[in-house]
Amino acid sequence: MPTDHIQYQYKPGNLVESEPNKFNPENLRSEEMIVNLGPQHPSTHGVLRLEVLIDGEIIRDVVPHLGYLHRCFEKHAENLPYNQVIPFVDRMDYVAAMNSEHVYAMGVERMLGIAGQIPKRVEYVRVLMAELNRIASHFIALGTYGMDMGAFTPFFWIMRDREHILRLLEWASGARLLYNYIWIGGLFYDLPVGFEQKCSEFISYIKPKLKELEDLLLKNDIFIRRTANVGVLPLNLAINYGVTGPMLRASGLRFDLRKVDGYSVYPELEFNVPIGEGLKGTMGDCWDRAWVRMLEIHESVKIVEQCLDKLQGEHKRTKEFNPQEFVPKKIRPQAQDFYIRGETPKGELGFFFRADGKSDIPFRCKGRSCSFSNLSVLPEISKGILVADLIAIIGSIDMVMGEVDR
Amino acid sequence: MPDFPQLLEIVKNISPDVTSDEKSSPKAVIIPAGSLTKVCTELHQNPATYFDMLSCLTGIDNGLQANTMEVVYNLYSIPFNVSLAVKVILPRENPVIDSVTSIWRTADWHEREAFDMFGIQFKGHRDLRRILLPADWQGYPLRKDYTHQEYYRNIKVEY
Amino acid sequence: MGLLDKRFEHGGIIITKADDLLNWARLSSMWPMTFGIACCAIEFMSTGTTVYDMDRFGMAPFASPRQADVMIVAGTVTFKMADRIKRLYEQMPEPRYVISMGSCSNCGGPYWQHGYHVVKGVDRIVPVDIYVPGCPPRPEALIGGFLKLQEKIRTESLKAPGAIERLLENQKQHA
Repeated sequence: MPTDHIQYQYKPGNLVESEPNKFNPENLRSEEMIVNLGPQHPSTHGVLRLEVLIDGEIIRDVVPHLGYLHRCFEKHAENLPYNQVIPFVDRMDYVAAMNSEHVYAMGVERMLGIAGQIPKRVEYVRVLMAELNRIASHFIALGTYGMDMGAFTPFFWIMRDREHILRLLEWASGARLLYNYIWIGGLFYDLPVGFEQKCSEFISYIKPKLKELEDLLLKNDIFIRRTANVGVLPLNLAINYGVTGPMLRASGLRFDLRKVDGYSVYPELEFNVPIGEGLKGTMGDCWDRAWVRMLEIHESVKIVEQCLDKLQGEHKRTKEFNPQEFVPKKIRPQAQDFYIRGETPKGELGFFFRADGKSDIPFRCKGRSCSFSNLSVLPEISKGILVADLIAIIGSIDMVMGEVDR
Repeated sequence: MPDFPQLLEIVKNISPDVTSDEKSSPKAVIIPAGSLTKVCTELHQNPATYFDMLSCLTGIDNGLQANTMEVVYNLYSIPFNVSLAVKVILPRENPVIDSVTSIWRTADWHEREAFDMFGIQFKGHRDLRRILLPADWQGYPLRKDYTHQEYYRNIKVEY
Repeated sequence: MGLLDKRFEHGGIIITKADDLLNWARLSSMWPMTFGIACCAIEFMSTGTTVYDMDRFGMAPFASPRQADVMIVAGTVTFKMADRIKRLYEQMPEPRYVISMGSCSNCGGPYWQHGYHVVKGVDRIVPVDIYVPGCPPRPEALIGGFLKLQEKIRTESLKAPGAIERLLENQKQHA
C-alpha cells in the first residue's frame, strides 16, 4: 500500500472549520446536548449530516448540513454541450436516472422547438423506461425504509425483484444504473428484440410479489406502530416548503405533474394519482408516504402494461424505424430562458436553462432537485419528537443525496 | 385563470417600472430589486394569482461584460395552474437583494445556495451560510471569472 | 489453504505457519464498513443482497468503523468529505484495507475536469489497496476486487501495527 502520494494534511480543527456546528455548546441549557448524526450513518441514506439538539430523548432542533456530495453539476452543465450533460443528469438522482434524463431531454427539445417531431414509439419507449425505473426507485425507497425500521427481510426481497428491472434496463441501454439512454431528440437505441415479451413476463412476475411486499412490510404491525402518526406534514406547510412528489401527495393533494402538465404520452395513458388518506393514523404521516409509494408502484405497473400494448400494437417495431432519426446534429437553441419540470419518483425535477443563442453550451443550467426541497422541511416536522422517530421521518422523505447536493 | 397581461397589470400596480420578457418560458416580469418583497407578497396573497409555490430560485452571473447578476424566481400557482418568472437584475459588485423566506420557506435553502455559488447577499435571511461548499472555501464557483483555489488542506484541486 | 478439507479427529494437530493461519483468518472474514457515498453505494447494496450475496465470502457489512476491516470508498469523494474519510480510516483497527470503488474515487471519474469540489482520487487522502474501475462498477467487478484483496492478504506476513506510533508522531508535530 503506497503512502507517498497522500497529500492530505491533518489539523485538529479540520472538521470544525469545514462545517461548523450551528449551535454553540456553551449557549445550551444544562439538559441539552448536541448529537451528530452522519455523514457516515446507515440510516441517513448517503452522506447527510444532521446536527441534532436533544433534551433526553426529545429533539429540540435539527440542523441538516449538506454538501458532502456536491459534485458541481451546474459547473459541468456550463462547460459541456447540451447532449454531453445527460450523463451528469443521470448522476444527480442515481436511483432514477431514466426519469431525470427524460425531463432534461424534454426540456432541450422544447427549447429547440423539435418536441412535436419526436416519433410516438420513441415517446412510448421513454415512458416505459421511466416507469420501470420509477418502480426500481420506489423499491429502494421502501426497502431501505423497512431496514431503517428494523425490518431486514423486505429489503432482501425487494433487491431480488429490483434486479429483474435492472437487467431489463441493462439489456436496453447497456448500463445497470446510469444509462444515458434517452437522448435529445430520440433514444440511444431501439428496444432489443424480445424485450416486450421479457418485460411482460416481469410484469406478471411482479404483481403477486407486490401483494407479498404489502403484507410483509406495510401491513406489518410493528412497521405501522413505528410510522403511523409520526412526522405529520400538514399540506400548507408542504406547499410553502416546495415539497413535491409522493410526500406532497401523502399530505392529501392530488398533484402529479404527469397529469397536471401532461407531458410526453402520459395523457394517452390511464393511471390514477394516489394520495394519502390517513388509513393508519393521520393524513400526511410517515406511513402514508410509504403507502403512496406502494400505490404508485401499482400505477406504474399499469402504465408499463399499457406501453407494452402500444409498443407491440400501434407503434410496432419496424425495420425502417430509427430512434436517432431526429437527434439534432447541432444543438443550439435560440436565446431564451426556459424552465422545464417533470415528475420523477421523488417529486418535481426542474431544469432552468438560459441559452445565449450563440453557443452549443448552456449559459446557465440550474437543476431544481426535488430531494433538496423535500429535505428542507425536515427541521420543521421534527421538533419535539423522539430520536427514533427522526429516523422514521428521514427514511420517509426518501431523498438521494446526489440530488440534494448536486 | 389569470393570463400574462393580467399578471403584468397586477405587478404594475405594485411596482410601476416593470418590464416584461415574453420570450422566456414561463413568461417573465423584470422588476427593480427594491420592490421584490412587495411584488412577491402581492403575487402570493392576491386571490386572483395565489402563487403558493416557489418552484425554483436561480442565481445567474451575466459575466464581466454585462457586469450584472440576476436572480430568477420561478413561481407556480397550484389552484390556477399558472407559472410566472420574476427576474431581478443586480449589479455585479456587491449584489444585495431582499430575502423572500418570509413568503416561501423554500427560498431558505435556495437562497443559501445562491449565496454559496454567486455571493449574492440576501437581506433579512436569518441564517445565510454556505450550504454546499465548506465554510472555509474561497471564492464563488459559478461566477464566470471564478478560478478555483490551488490546494485545499494541501490536496491539489486540479487533476 | 485446504485446512478444512481434511478431517480432524481425537484432538489432532495441524502444523502451519503463523502467517498462513492469520492470513487465512483475516481473508475469510473481512467486514466492510457500511459506508456509501454516491451511486456506487447502490451497487454496493446490490452486492450485499440477494442476487450477488457478498456473505459467501465471509463479508458482512458493519456499520461502525471500529469493528470493520475493509473500507469501501463507494462514490465521489468531495473536499468536504475528505476530512471525514480520513477520520473514519483512522478509527479502523489495523490491519485495515481500502477498496476504492468506481472511477470517481479512483481518479475523479467524470468530474476530473470541471469538478472544483471533487478530490481527484481518494488515494490522495488514504492509502488504497485495490482499485475497482467502472462508473459504477458492476457487483461482479466489486466481488472481483474482494477476491484480489484476498489474494493480497494471502501473501502478507506479520507486521507490527504502526497506527499508534504514527498518531503519536503526528500529534507531536502539531503540538
